[in-house]
Amino acid sequence: MLGFLIQRLLQAAAVMVVISALVFVGVFAIGNPIDVLIAPDAPQDIRLDTIARYGFDQPLWRQYLNFVSSLVLGNFGRSFVFNMPVLDLILSRLPATLELTLAALIGATAIGVPLGMYAGYRPHALGSRIVMGLSVLGFSVPTFWIGLLLIMAFAVELGWLPAGGRGDTVAVLGVQWSILTLNGWTHLLLPALTLSLFRMALMIRLTRAGMREAMMSDYVRFARAQGLSDGKVIFGHVLKNISIPLVTVFGLELAATLAFAVVTETIFSWPGLGKLIIDSIQSLDRPVMVAYLMLVAFLFIMINFTVDIAYAALDPRVRSGRS
Amino acid sequence: MTAALEVRGLKTHFFTRDGVVKAVDGVDLTIAPGRVLGLVGESGSGKSVTGLSVLGLIDPPGRIVEGSVRLEGQELVGLNREAARRVRGRKIAMIFQDPMMTLNPVLRVDTQMFMALRAHEPVPKDAARQQALAALGRVGLPDPEQCLTAYPHQLSGGMRQRVAIAIALLHSPSVIVADEPTTALDVSIQGQILQEMQRLSADTGVALVWITHDLAVVSSLAHDIAVMYAGRIVEQGPAEDVLAAPRHPYTRGLLDSVPGEAQPGKKLAQIPGSIPALVDLPPGCAFRARCSRADSACETMPEIADLGGARAVRCFHPLEGR
Amino acid sequence: MTRRDVSPATRFWMEFAENRLALAALMVVVLVVGAAVLSPIFAPQDPYDIGKLVLGDARRPPGFVGAGGYVHLLGTDAQGRDLWSAILYGLRISIQIGVTAGAVAFVVGGTLGAVAAFSGGRIEALIMRFIDLQLSFPAILLALVLSAVLGQGKWQLTAALVAAQYAYFARTTHGAAVAERAKDYIEAALSTPLSSRIVVFRHILPNCMPPLIVVATVQIANAISLEATLSFLGLGLPVTHPSLGMLIANGFQYMLSGRYWISIYPGVALIILILAINLVSDQIRDQLNPRLKR
Repeated sequence: MLGFLIQRLLQAAAVMVVISALVFVGVFAIGNPIDVLIAPDAPQDIRLDTIARYGFDQPLWRQYLNFVSSLVLGNFGRSFVFNMPVLDLILSRLPATLELTLAALIGATAIGVPLGMYAGYRPHALGSRIVMGLSVLGFSVPTFWIGLLLIMAFAVELGWLPAGGRGDTVAVLGVQWSILTLNGWTHLLLPALTLSLFRMALMIRLTRAGMREAMMSDYVRFARAQGLSDGKVIFGHVLKNISIPLVTVFGLELAATLAFAVVTETIFSWPGLGKLIIDSIQSLDRPVMVAYLMLVAFLFIMINFTVDIAYAALDPRVRSGRS
Repeated sequence: MTAALEVRGLKTHFFTRDGVVKAVDGVDLTIAPGRVLGLVGESGSGKSVTGLSVLGLIDPPGRIVEGSVRLEGQELVGLNREAARRVRGRKIAMIFQDPMMTLNPVLRVDTQMFMALRAHEPVPKDAARQQALAALGRVGLPDPEQCLTAYPHQLSGGMRQRVAIAIALLHSPSVIVADEPTTALDVSIQGQILQEMQRLSADTGVALVWITHDLAVVSSLAHDIAVMYAGRIVEQGPAEDVLAAPRHPYTRGLLDSVPGEAQPGKKLAQIPGSIPALVDLPPGCAFRARCSRADSACETMPEIADLGGARAVRCFHPLEGR
Repeated sequence: MTRRDVSPATRFWMEFAENRLALAALMVVVLVVGAAVLSPIFAPQDPYDIGKLVLGDARRPPGFVGAGGYVHLLGTDAQGRDLWSAILYGLRISIQIGVTAGAVAFVVGGTLGAVAAFSGGRIEALIMRFIDLQLSFPAILLALVLSAVLGQGKWQLTAALVAAQYAYFARTTHGAAVAERAKDYIEAALSTPLSSRIVVFRHILPNCMPPLIVVATVQIANAISLEATLSFLGLGLPVTHPSLGMLIANGFQYMLSGRYWISIYPGVALIILILAINLVSDQIRDQLNPRLKR
């Protein structure tokens, strides 16, 4: 197991190197960053001075090395727009995004998995058809559109819930959280729902597919031949089997949800990372873009790493195959 | 003496979008306690569906449309779900072909055995453990303790099938339906398991329905044989007699295509053609298209005819007995 | 007549037509695509010709008769565009971008996956490692960054979508080709004097098609949705050529004052298209899944 861990950690490190190169090329090498830093009509000497200061006159590989070494040191530079260290900026926005993402994904799983199990257990029942119809709908309607409709219905027409912002927060260990106040929850509900519908549809479909396959498997037939009730077959035998791929999906979807939070946060003015990155893209605030991408890449790799471990812990075949 | 299992006029049909598949179309079987019945046929003959029907494990679009299944006198067809469940695993058990697939890959053997035990009675953990160990010992597993805490993938194919058999034996059922349980195993393991089953059946009085396509397996194990073709029994009788002097042309064909029975150097006989699709089966004997003895009489379905000596055959032109 | 007497294609179609919802969805797809392709005929106005827009007609409700002397069936947007025309033209752009991105991603990803499957060894490991890496990244983020870096425009957007999507095709092709390669009939074919190229093109690739078709339909729907999302965020197409996503974004601010139609109708058009494509692809997927056959 230790060898497995070390191997995966080395892989993760290699992946981070590849990603840093891609991010570097994507954000710095394409387009001319100097145009963003100074006014186009700036005198030539200021131009050259700025180029030299940021190292743009050096060969690309050296620029990349400088870039990586400052990343390793935790120096992501200063935001052009907010004029503060990027790392501080990002860390101050991270909790809002995390609570939104987790609320959405946990909600999607808590509702989607039971519905999917039912739809897979009784694929021809009316209820299953309705569930599946709704899941196709949830799968098809773009996230931003759901957000608009929810704002229209609950914020504008009914006036039950606020249309944007984070509401009251409570500081725990120096970090502000909305989920700890009732007012925060009223603000969280709509964006979390918006973000979760697509994931919910996905969870329903995956669970249903896994359930249908499991119900036709030989071990289920054998379990039924032993006289186990359907409930015991499903919760004793099937659930653990289908939960293994679902854990993987949950991890991957955590990453995807984090990314999709960009859209939701924009619509609901949710002051998280997603809103920050969109604003940065629009104002070409490159240090923030780089830091965001590296952070997200790091989070994804950590999530994938955790998923692999969870997979090994859940599936005895993988566990003993690698230990 | 009451039969352990008595099947009368069983019909199981599948209502698919392509039409009605009459997988089992009027099957009669009787088996006494402690006896082994070999149910023989090619794939698609309906032998597995017969086994599943007996346990009430037919799922839509299939269902039992007619007939009766009596287990020690108790009628099983038409039982409600809960009553049928209480019979399964307790009075009648079933084991399946691929031991790789029939045990749940992500649960330990003890978890699976405890669940099987508690399906029918609340058993405290210690007692459950003792019963499980006893069952594992009975099927000839060398180290029951270790086996109990293993995951299925840590066991060999033969051991897995023994575990499956142990699970089937947990509640001391009166009938076990075994659906090709040794087909996926090595020949040497197959022999061991056959021997084990024979001993168990003799010791405990459990009746075995042994479903197989392999006549060699049946000849070494079964007391009686029933040969199925296209959803019907075409010949049945004591194993020795049927194997020595088959009366139905299909049984003859099956025997001739067993390599061991052929003379060395001679071309192996085979039955021309293959089993017909069971949708929209034309009337008459289903075997007639492949049969050298068929004539216009065979365009109506022959009834199964008693030949004396506990033998019966469904044919207008049976082969001569010896 | 029984089902066994007809060709596989006819049988496939008969089975498809049995699901009336899927059949209706297919008709909707055909209708929407037809209307979008022929949009200059059906649209009373060229919404991209700024010279023809009348500001006095801006934000009028459905049924309003404007300066052009015709009825604005779905009302007008903030620039005085006829929404019905703008939606048709928007659908045309969406479909164009979605299908182009899907097709290019199909070719690029399919080729990569097939090359990986048949070269084996290090090349396979390298390609598939990279594909897996990319797949663990959400497509939207990739498309977001790329379209920010590449700038606005139809081709930039298509390129961003291709980059975000080709990996799905690559993995599907690779998986199917590897599974196919392992089958006995391929070994049999390879042991004959046939060149391996013929085996690949005549035997293996055709058998990889069913899963690829399913992925392609899903990815076209995804591309359309992604395009709308990016345009909604202001990163897709230029403002002068509003696609559905941008129409919705532009109308959003007026929604709060009750002028719902500017956002709602483009959204409904978008959802109908994506939903119909997904329903069709669901049915194809079910029919092609051998494990659900009985």
